[in-house]
Amino acid sequence: MIPAAGAPRLELIGVTKDFGGVRALDGVSFDLRAGEVHALCGENGAGKSTLLKVLSGFHPAGSWTGTLRVDGADVRLQGIRDAERHGIALIAQELALVPALSVEANLVLGREPVRRGLLQPAVMRQRALDALARVGLQVDPARAVGELGVGQRQLVEIARALSQDARILVLDEPTASLPDSDAQRLLALLGDLRARGTAILYVSHRLDEVARLADRITVLRDGRTVASAPAAELPRDLLITHMVGRPVDDHRPRPARAPGPVALTVRDWTMADPARPWRNAVEGVSFRLHAGEVLGVGGLIGAGRTALLASLFGAARSPVTGSLRLGDAPERAPFRAPREAVAAGLALVNEDRRRQGLVPDASVLDNLSLATLPRFVRRGLLDDRARRSACAEQAESLSVRPADLTPPVVRLSGGNQQKVVLGRWRLAGPRVLLLDEPTRGIDVGARALIHDWLERLCAQGLAVLLVSSDLPELLALSDRVLVLAQGTPTALLDRAEATPEAVLAAATHIPTPEVPA
Amino acid sequence: MTTTPRLDWRTLTMVLALVVIWVVFAVTTEGTFLSPRNLGLLARQMSIVALLASGMVLVIVAGQIDLSVGAMSGLLGAIAAVAATRLGWPVPAAYALAPLLGMAFGALQGTLVARLRIPPFIVTLGGMLVFQGALLGLTRGITVTPPPAFLVVGQTYLPRGLAWGLQAVVMLALVRAAFAVSGAARMRRLLVAASLPLFTAVMDAHAGVPLPVLLLAVVAAALTVVATRTPFGRHLYAIGGNREAAFYAAIPIEQRIVGVFALMGALCGVAGLVLTARVGAATTDAGRMMELDAIAAAVIGGTSLLGGRGSVAGAILGALVMASLDNGMSLLDTEAFWQPILKGAILVAAVAADMAGRGRE
Repeated sequence: MIPAAGAPRLELIGVTKDFGGVRALDGVSFDLRAGEVHALCGENGAGKSTLLKVLSGFHPAGSWTGTLRVDGADVRLQGIRDAERHGIALIAQELALVPALSVEANLVLGREPVRRGLLQPAVMRQRALDALARVGLQVDPARAVGELGVGQRQLVEIARALSQDARILVLDEPTASLPDSDAQRLLALLGDLRARGTAILYVSHRLDEVARLADRITVLRDGRTVASAPAAELPRDLLITHMVGRPVDDHRPRPARAPGPVALTVRDWTMADPARPWRNAVEGVSFRLHAGEVLGVGGLIGAGRTALLASLFGAARSPVTGSLRLGDAPERAPFRAPREAVAAGLALVNEDRRRQGLVPDASVLDNLSLATLPRFVRRGLLDDRARRSACAEQAESLSVRPADLTPPVVRLSGGNQQKVVLGRWRLAGPRVLLLDEPTRGIDVGARALIHDWLERLCAQGLAVLLVSSDLPELLALSDRVLVLAQGTPTALLDRAEATPEAVLAAATHIPTPEVPA
Repeated sequence: MTTTPRLDWRTLTMVLALVVIWVVFAVTTEGTFLSPRNLGLLARQMSIVALLASGMVLVIVAGQIDLSVGAMSGLLGAIAAVAATRLGWPVPAAYALAPLLGMAFGALQGTLVARLRIPPFIVTLGGMLVFQGALLGLTRGITVTPPPAFLVVGQTYLPRGLAWGLQAVVMLALVRAAFAVSGAARMRRLLVAASLPLFTAVMDAHAGVPLPVLLLAVVAAALTVVATRTPFGRHLYAIGGNREAAFYAAIPIEQRIVGVFALMGALCGVAGLVLTARVGAATTDAGRMMELDAIAAAVIGGTSLLGGRGSVAGAILGALVMASLDNGMSLLDTEAFWQPILKGAILVAAVAADMAGRGRE
């Protein structure tokens, strides 16, 4: 069944996928050959994940339009298992292993060797040893997967894919969560597999790694293929140009701001990575934020932007070191709880408003006043009239619709829900506002309203630290941009310097050590 | 306060279910069920579980559970009885001891839950066993009989004049409150105000308003205010509705959880006193299984075990549903084994109805 050398193993032709009214993939075509590593690159939200989900059966045939061919024949994948039967295996960022089960049990999960209704331990062990040998991993098959490091788990998952005769391996950011030694080992293994004829599709933000490993590169932008060529024809800067080449439209030029005195000083800020103790999620970040200024924080997903905001707010779940200073207050150690941060004049709007921002069943009124209830107490009881009027004022200034504060907040649209969270923190009257993806998943109208609102607050002297994966938005709103790559600051760009290319170059500036001899 | 069509729909179905149950029993018992004597008995029967259920609502709303309330009530009632007999304490002092000690027990359990992160199911399951054992050790298996003065809280009725006087005050307050709001909330308050004289009249036709019922009314009113009109109460809803959001909104989560368990403990003290006084003795298995009745009453009354939803009034309705089933089946001489079977079925059906109602949204 081995196709002629160079014939495509996997082909996508004109694939289009919509989510509600949003087009995630727009006529993407693409092919993958046996014995090649094909890298897929693109900004946050370019459509990479959606593409992987299409070709791994996660989005079944029928939920998208276009053609998918394996070894020249049209296939209609009904699900992930169907994709596996066609030899396609997806190694996702969140690994699909059961931590409490042993390595061998995971390797044969769903296809356990059974005779007369009983498991056959000897067969299972032999299969496990064979599979582990193929990826060169030496671990006791009886050990629980949860005891292994991330790198080893990833190898176990690849071993499982190979033992299921996967001939097309799809890896989503496989090295993003690995320490360097493991990453090198993985890259070496991928090289080996390529030599043995496996077709490998590889998504990575580490452009140096891509340059080293990939035979061909395809660049996605806004759900479209913008470039697809042999790796040698796409040097790093050209690659970046393709990735960002989006016109900075739908953002009106904003009036100039007049930053005031320093509102927040952060020095040597470092936060351990709760999931990966060998590295830091944020490392050595220092900056000054002025009243009336928006400091943008740029970087790719996983660069430590959210971790920086959460740790400043005292919500980190791992140790934080460094110091901060609010205005003229004395320099102090990191806050240990959001309560301390709020008392000192900070506010945080989380990136995930459903999980971290809203109490879905509670009323709009309760959600708006969630952080400020004690303020409305008179003689031991809540003064509902005062509370209602203060909340109505915020709802009004953000044009929350409907204006009625009584219904549960979950009935509001996404944009209005976000306005409720913003109003809650405005009510708290912070001096420094930390915004994490304030307009993600929000319609254009609400987004413009939120931008205007932010502008008004800045004019009143509020200092804003803004994270947005929408690069044009980040650049339009920010006075300066601090760029992080793997938790480390790689650039602090002022307004004139902050072009999409400069931000992305700094964001992908990830040192890759030499392969150990 | 936060009135929504959904809550009204829930309350309405519950009231309807209660009416159906009452009608069925009224017919099958040929009117005995609705006699003033039996309704008085029903009111007294429900009051203990309703006391516990109205606190349990707040515990569950905060996303917690308390399995120890039955055993704790039994123990606290016995401790108060022992203080009044063996130790010779004056009755008021013995009365004060139960809720205070309950508050301490509850705060301890709450601390284990909030600070040491032990699941509340485990902490209070352990607490239940400890309290059961302590009760056995305290009484040495022998029933403690408190002095007659101790029995007041369980067995007396309000004097007629006092009952009608109190009622007039409450009605006035309700009418005033009704005109402070509008729409469905106003109608509901007016309806409650209008039905009060009927209740008092029915109770009066037999022996009068039982003191435990008055106690329940006071506790329920106080807890409703706590739930809707204090930061503590609103924080409980937020913690149970989305703990992570509550964390980021700088709510003192641990302190609130300790607080709600302490409140529940104090209520166990009150319920324990009524229980001991009503039975006239502190028995070794007092309060057993009452935690499950209290949880069931809260859930039938619309409290979500996932947290974030529930009301004190609903829990009291739920307790009334449960007590009505017990009472009606006893009147019918149904064999005792049917009571838990039917109650179990109603509990599951109530939650099924709730889930179906949610699915529609």
